This record gives sequence, structure tokens and C-alpha cells, in this order.
Amino acid sequence: MPNGTDPLVRRTAKRLRGWGGVAAMAVACGLTASLTLLPLAQDGGGAAAAPLTAGPGVGTGVQVKADTCEHPEASLTPSSADGPSIRAVKDRGKLIVGVDQSSYRWGYRNPEKGVLEGFDIDLARAIAKDILGDPEAIIFRTIPTNQRIAALNSGKVDLVVRTMTINCKRIEQVAFSTAYFQAGQQVLAPKLDKGITGYDASLRGKRICTAEGSTAYDALEENSFGAVFKDEADGTKDDKDLLTVPNQLDCLARLQMGEVDAVVTDNALAAGQAAQDPAVELKGRPFTEEYYGVAARLGNDDLVRRVNQVLVGYRQGPWQKAYKDWLAKDLPGIAGPPAPLYK
Amino acid sequence: MTHPPNASAASAARGTAPAPARPGTVPAQPSPAPAAGPPAGRGAWAVGREKLREAATTEPGRLQILGAVLALLVVAFGAVTALEVTGRASAADDVVSRSQPLSADAAAIYRSLADADTTAASGFLAGTLEPAESRARYTRDITTASRLLVKAASNTDGSSESAREIATLNEQLPRYTGLIERARAANRQGLPLGGAYLRYANQQMSSALLPAAERLYAAETERLHRDDDSARAWPFLSLALGLLALGVLVWAQRRNYARTNRVFNHGLLAATAATVVVLLWLLAAHTVTRAELNSARTHGQESLQVLNTARISSLTARANENLTLVARGAVLTEDGKNDKYEADYTASMSALTAALATARELADDDAGRGPVEDSAEGAAAWRERHKDARAKDEAGDYEGALSRVVGAGESTGRSFDEVDAALERALAHEQTEFTRSAGDARDALTALPLGAAALGILGAAGAVLGINRRLSEYR
Repeated sequence: MPNGTDPLVRRTAKRLRGWGGVAAMAVACGLTASLTLLPLAQDGGGAAAAPLTAGPGVGTGVQVKADTCEHPEASLTPSSADGPSIRAVKDRGKLIVGVDQSSYRWGYRNPEKGVLEGFDIDLARAIAKDILGDPEAIIFRTIPTNQRIAALNSGKVDLVVRTMTINCKRIEQVAFSTAYFQAGQQVLAPKLDKGITGYDASLRGKRICTAEGSTAYDALEENSFGAVFKDEADGTKDDKDLLTVPNQLDCLARLQMGEVDAVVTDNALAAGQAAQDPAVELKGRPFTEEYYGVAARLGNDDLVRRVNQVLVGYRQGPWQKAYKDWLAKDLPGIAGPPAPLYK
Repeated sequence: MTHPPNASAASAARGTAPAPARPGTVPAQPSPAPAAGPPAGRGAWAVGREKLREAATTEPGRLQILGAVLALLVVAFGAVTALEVTGRASAADDVVSRSQPLSADAAAIYRSLADADTTAASGFLAGTLEPAESRARYTRDITTASRLLVKAASNTDGSSESAREIATLNEQLPRYTGLIERARAANRQGLPLGGAYLRYANQQMSSALLPAAERLYAAETERLHRDDDSARAWPFLSLALGLLALGVLVWAQRRNYARTNRVFNHGLLAATAATVVVLLWLLAAHTVTRAELNSARTHGQESLQVLNTARISSLTARANENLTLVARGAVLTEDGKNDKYEADYTASMSALTAALATARELADDDAGRGPVEDSAEGAAAWRERHKDARAKDEAGDYEGALSRVVGAGESTGRSFDEVDAALERALAHEQTEFTRSAGDARDALTALPLGAAALGILGAAGAVLGINRRLSEYR
């Protein structure tokens, strides 16, 4: 067969090129996945917050030194005055808010009704009602965790209400409202697994699932109590996503499949997981303190002050109602919102 | 009866051999003196050579050798032709009935799996409980993939690369469908956990199943090209032997003419005719085969290739269109200026348009162009509807946009289905074209092996008879 090999190889290569489209398809499928379902990774940042007394409506002023970042959750004082960013929202007639669509009880798409609902969604609607007089005057954009800051800075959204932890690194990139929720990292495991008692020596030898780049992962890296929590190719494209996963809810799927023994995540989110599976429960006590805030683009001070103004009222009743509606069942024992802290 | 020609006579006179041997006993029996006998240790081979040399010194001996050589050449020509052509015919048959269908099946496996995954995700995106239509489509895709995998497995021997990929696919597919069912169960209870399972399933699909299906396609397509190349390779040995036999036959007849002044020797003429027929038949059949295989490749295989690309582009565009709604405009391109999925959708639609244009050029008749044009029309309508849906979304009417993308009415989903269905028709048409051309290629070779063998034997018989007629003149 003269010249048999070369043309064959070339032809094969040519045909394979046609499958570039196929590869693109595979990539698209991968992307579908990552978006479709809950890109909520826990927020990083072990904010060493000073203990606060929880009490509705109690504002506390603190001296904040930018370079030390002692209280990243301290925000601008509340005000209802219009500024350029508020006027832009009013001109548009709609408030554009970045939310999550898959954190159960916080911001998720109710498959039955096909609408977004949850604690964060209620808060977003309250802000829209205050600014535009209509809780429906709102456009939700669901954002993956790693796009939250980019979405704000590119102007694609006015606000992000998406279980976003306030921390020292982020306050240099975006502006946060006062804290509207206090959470902490906690261990989630099957009820029947009495061997796991919390973030302690009982984790020795257990397979622990965390979200990539989460505070939970950082905590385990600091002290894992001998638990197994890293994938072989973590951080590379060969990452198999066995123990570290793109978002916290993936951990529950792996826990149900018996591929991991326990999950470490924000208790607020872990409660959402427990709510979806009566066979698992939170173990021990939360071992960090984190505050969630509403984020705006850096410099949109009028909007941040307005959100803080909304939060002042929100803490006096609507917060408690939303807590009762969405969280009380799975995250009981929270007396009220964290007290606001102002610069 | 004429006397033997001079040259022969002279040579016969000079010859030391006794009277010309009777035909059939050549070489003439030497009358070896015991002293001249072969020394002990020289084998039969040496004896044979000795006899041959002695025979070559007489004309009848030479004629007998010539007859044997001619018969052998013609028979060998017929046999080698039969053998080589049988090999090519079976390669051509493999192209038509085994390797091309398997390559097409591998492409269909890939498409079914990718479509199942996109469908499962779309079902979730619809926001309500999974529509029956979407569920049926998913089931159809999985069924198709399973059926084709069984077919591929039965056509593959256990050790090949294809067999490994088929094993991977067979192992992973039930795991994938298991995850999808879990996702459905959770979705049905209104739990976002369903999304996590869907994500997990999707990860299995894109990291294990689709790559294996792609490798299977590559392996099957390589086998197709191997068979195609074997079928179209020129039968050089047959051609060379045929020309040699023809040359020797012509030479023998010239020699005959020079010595006897007789123009025709019927036996040798018959042998020549048989050789020429086989040679021409071989050339013609092979030329037809190559032409048909070329036509199968350019009109069938290349069209199939382009149409598969088009189909996958439309699938990609559809997936990105869905993602645009899932992401609600918050995932941006690298430069941060545009919606990533909208940009990807546009790119995929351009790829679809380009592939459809190429497919239209490759289509060689109206039956081929029809579905391609339908598909192009569907794509144009899709683009319009998409623009409309985008406008709704930009204006903040998410529900309106959603119904224009996944709704039951004049949605882009409907357009996508039309494009896909038209492409399926186009693929079926080109598949028929390919099978017909490649089938013609195979059929052109069908009778040749038998004919070559028969004519080879006839030709050899003619050569022997022709030579014997000359030999009989020496009796």
C-alpha cells in the first residue's frame, strides 16, 4: 500500500478536527453543570470578629483602622438620601440583584413554582420595595461564587445578596452593608454516625468534604484532626472533585452516596443541607464566626447607606419573620440579627 | 506435416541426447554411464537441474519448459488476482457493512449521550417538574446509546481499543442514569439537592462518558479508513504477473511464428485472450471500485462529517442558550464586557451556519440539499426567536424570556428541534448515498475472483494445448 500511512494519519487528524465542536459541547455541558446547580462555595476569609451582642436595632460605632482590619463588618451609617447610584436604579425602574439559586432556604429556585425564594431573596425584595416602592421591581441574576465581585464591578448588578461573608480581603474590592446574619463553620454528618461528634479528634481518619477555597477547607488545612480532606490533583484541571467540590451542596450528594463521611461548611448552609436530608445532622458547635452582608460596588456609598437604612427597619420584625419562614426549623436558637456596626 | 525448422534440426543434430523424448517424459532420459552418474550425496534437486539443462538443449525439451512456464504464469496470474481481489472485496464489504456503520454508530452514541445530558439539564432549567417531552427525549437518547453500545460490542473483538472504550461506557452509563434518577427524585420534592446530583451526573458525563465515546469514534473511524485504504489499494502483484504472463505469451508466439511461419497457435491465442480479459477486467473493476469509494468518501463520508459537526454545533448553541438563562447574564466573557454564554451561543450558531453552507455545497442532489436547506431555515428562525427572547430578558422580563426559550409555543427550543430533525434527515440521506456508492464499489469486485480463477485455468489449459500441438510435430 504505497504512501498508506501518511494520508491515513492526515485524514484521521482531519476528521478529528471536526470533533473540536464535540469537545466544545463537552465543555458546554460541564459549564451547564457548574451553573445549573448551585455554585455556592462558602466564602473564604476567617474574619476574626469581635464578639457582638445580638440585639435588634442597636447600632454600635467603632473606630476602624483600615490597615489592621479589626472589624471588616463595620459599614457606613444609614441614610435615605438619593445619590447617583440610587438615581440610576430609579431611572431604570428595576433593581438588579445578584443572588444564588441553589442554596436551600437562602436563595433557591423552587422547582415547583419556578421562582426564586429564600431568606436572601426576601431581603432583596425588601430593598427593592424601599427604593422603588415595589418588591417586584427587581431583576435577579444568579451568580456563581467566583463572579460576585466581577458582576458588581462590571455594573451587571447593583447589589449582591448571596450569603456573602464580609472579610478583610473583600472590603478592599467591594462595599458591604452592615451584617445581616451571623454564621459559623460546623460539621455535618449522618445521624447514625455517633463516632463523629464535631470539629474535634473524632474526625481522625474520616473522609471530609468541603467546597474548594472555602473557609472550611482553610480550617481543615490548619487543623484537620487527622481527617482526609484533600484530592490528589487539587487545584489542577485533573482534580477529580471527590473530597473538594465546586459548591457546598455537592458535598451532600457525596455524603448520601457514601463517598465521604462528613461535611464541613457554614452552619447556615449546612442547615439547608440537613433540611433536605432527615438522615443527617449538625454535629458539635460552630467553630468560626462569620457575618453575611449585602455587597455593592465600591464607591456607591449612597446605595450602601440606603441598604443600611433598610436593614435598620428590617431588623425590627421582617428579619424575624423571614427567619421563622426559612431558617428557624433547621437553624433554631438564633435570637435575632447581629447588631450593626458603623464606621 | 512439415519438417522441423532448421534451427531445431541443427540443434537436434548437435544434441547428444538420443532420439527426442516422447512428450511427457521430458527431460529426455539421459543414458548415463555409471561413471558419469551423480556422485553420492547430490540430491534429487541436482539431478533435476541436470535433467533440465539437458532438456533445454533440444527443441522439444525447450518447448516443454516453455509450456510449463506459460501454464504456471497464467495460472499464477489468475490465482493471485483472485486472492488479491478477494482481499479488496472483503475490505470494501467491511467498509459498507461493518466499519462505516460502526463509525456512524459511534458518532450517534456520542450525540445521544450529549443530548441526554443537555435534555436532563434543560428539564431542570424549565423550573417546573420535568416536562414529559423532555423525559421522553432523555429516555430515547439513553436507549439509543445502550442499543448502539451492544451493537458495537458485538462487532468488536475483546482486546481492541474500541472494546476498552465500550467497556468504560457500559460501566459508566448505569452510574450516570442512577445519578439522574436521584436528581429527579430530589427535584420532585422541590429540593435544590436535585441540582447537585444533576451536576454530579454532568461531571460523570463530561469527564468519563463523552471522552470514551469520542475515543470510540476515533478508533472506529480509523478502522474505516484502514478498510477503505485496503479496498482501494492497487493490486500491483496481480498487475505485474498479468503483464509478465502477457509478455511471455507474446514472446512465445513470436518465437513460434519465427520458427514455423504460422501466425496463429490457437491454444496460445486462447491463453493470451484469457490473460487480456482478466487484466482488463481487473483494471476496470478496480477503477470502478476506486471511483465509487472516492464518491462514497466525498459525497457520503465528508457530508456525514460536516452534518455531524453541524448537529453538534446546534446542540452546543442550544446548551449555551439555556445557560444564558441559568446564569441570568452574570457570567461574563474574559474581557468582562459581554455575556459569556450569549457569546458562546453566537459562536456556535456561526459554526452551525458555516457547517450547513459546506453541507449544502457537498450535497450533490436535491434530495441532499432539501433537508440541509430546511435546517438552515430552522436556524434562521431560531436566531430571530433568540433575539426576541434576549430582548425580553434585557427588559427584565425573565419569565417571558424563559417561555420563549423553553416554552411550548414558538420557542427557540422548537426551532432547535426543527434544525435537529432536518439534520437527522440529511444525515440519513448522506448515509444512504455512502452505502450505495460503497456498495457499488464492493459489487464491482464481486465476480472478479471467480472469473480470474476460471480464466486463469482456461488460459493455462490453452497454453499447454498450444505447446503440445507444436510438440506433437516432433513425434
